[in-house]
Amino acid sequence: MSKNELTTVLIWLMAVLVSGVFIWLLADIIIHGLSKLSWSFFVESPQNVGRSGGIGPIIVSTLLILLVAIVTAAPLGLATAVLLSEFTRHDSVFGRFVRRSLDVLAGVPSIVFGLFGNAFFCIYLGLGFSILSGGLTLACMVLPILIRTAEEGLQATPNDYRLATAALGMSRSSALFHLLLPAATPAIAAGLLLGIGRAGAETAALIFTSGYVDRMPDSLFDSGRALSVHIYDLSMNVAGGDASAYSSALVLIILLLIINSIAMGLAKHWLHRSIVTV
Amino acid sequence: MNDTYTLGPLQAGPPCCDPEPLIRVENLSLHYGTKPALEGVSLDIYKGCITALIGPSGCGKTSFLSVLNRLTDMIPGCRVSGNVHFDNRDLRNPALDVQGLRRDIGMIFQKPVPFPLSIRRNIELPLREHGMSKQADLNEVIQRVLLDVGLWDEVKDRLESSAQALSGGQQQRLCIARALALKPKVLLMDEPCSALDPISSGVVEDLIQRLRGKYTVVIVTHNLAQARRIANYAGFFWVKERAGCLIEFGQCKQIFEAPAHDLTAAYVNGSRG
Repeated sequence: MSKNELTTVLIWLMAVLVSGVFIWLLADIIIHGLSKLSWSFFVESPQNVGRSGGIGPIIVSTLLILLVAIVTAAPLGLATAVLLSEFTRHDSVFGRFVRRSLDVLAGVPSIVFGLFGNAFFCIYLGLGFSILSGGLTLACMVLPILIRTAEEGLQATPNDYRLATAALGMSRSSALFHLLLPAATPAIAAGLLLGIGRAGAETAALIFTSGYVDRMPDSLFDSGRALSVHIYDLSMNVAGGDASAYSSALVLIILLLIINSIAMGLAKHWLHRSIVTV
Repeated sequence: MNDTYTLGPLQAGPPCCDPEPLIRVENLSLHYGTKPALEGVSLDIYKGCITALIGPSGCGKTSFLSVLNRLTDMIPGCRVSGNVHFDNRDLRNPALDVQGLRRDIGMIFQKPVPFPLSIRRNIELPLREHGMSKQADLNEVIQRVLLDVGLWDEVKDRLESSAQALSGGQQQRLCIARALALKPKVLLMDEPCSALDPISSGVVEDLIQRLRGKYTVVIVTHNLAQARRIANYAGFFWVKERAGCLIEFGQCKQIFEAPAHDLTAAYVNGSRG
């Protein structure tokens, strides 16, 4: 076998291995989780600490936590990305400092975010164990990803657009809103999706902030159990909870898929509408 | 420059009857950081005429253009000194209304920059920015400028389709139309034909000819035959002691046929540069 063939085979092997693990994982969850899925599973409250019953209140809590996180993080993240990419010089001390801080934050383990959220939102701001505390903590956690991907997207837009709009006497802000942001939409959407994915899969940060009460929340100030926390609890603390854990995992995957396609569609619709591509 | 012979006899554009300076540049120098790019340039740009700037690459012609519409503001570390006046406005004044200035002095780049929008939106966007909002007015301007650049018949049925689907020559004419829509007094053109095929280049060149008299045009070009065909005045730039400087400025005919400076003679005859 020549060196070239060997390389080809190795690369293919790696690709098969990686997708194989993913398919195995997905198949395992679908096979074990599908049997329990029914309409009542989606709407009923958990019974017998989750061994039976459904996950209605948990889905509601999860969605509320994600909503709080995205509504807080998206505008803040976009604004910071715009500031970094358009209104500070790339090599300025301020820009370098903010970028370095974000890179450090992106690497901080989620449990640390959980402890910070508990100390700051639950205790210091007095929000207690609540969906609001959990959502805000997740917002802090996804901000670095959101900012860095959006910033890279903005910086990847051709500099010609900036020069040409300036030469036409247009202000930087209209260049930003009419051309640069729409052109950076795919990157911004990708950042948003990565953020949602990370937030939706988060467990450690939520145990300390939104808690694990599995009742239906009345408001954002109630404690609520996220799906990931529910899965963790069922598989770790509840004997005989594996079947429910599998079904909940399947629901979480479906939920993230749905949210991702909605987010992609919305971002396209809002920012991309004025762009006409070839 | 053998092609000067294959293209038939060349005629320099006529001198303008009454040269009236619109832009006065005195002792202009420009540095990028500590690196000098232009040193001691003085010349007048005459109203209604076409002024061609010629010279080898890297001699500061493009930098010179970007001083005139203050695009130099957007280049970090760029320092300009000397006096530049346009229409009684001091272009070096930090408090100058730069957006207003750029409306009066439009610029066309070497590579056409159509925005990723429809053909109509490409022209509309800067107009709306400058306060025109009635659709009827906008439509009128769009039709007028597209007729001016000879693009109307080619695109009138697809104004809503992407400007980036146009050919290179059409894109450049759209960019010129977009600049003309703002009714500028001066058009700066930075090698507007060099990214185009010969036929598109010819179309754009004819268009520039038609701008004479109505607009003041300053064009940077490496195509000496083109400079000779269209320009009334010509300035020859050269690199001296690592900074660009203006060697000679005068009527186009004189620069090409009776240059006062040996370097100019060598460059226009093709033996240097």
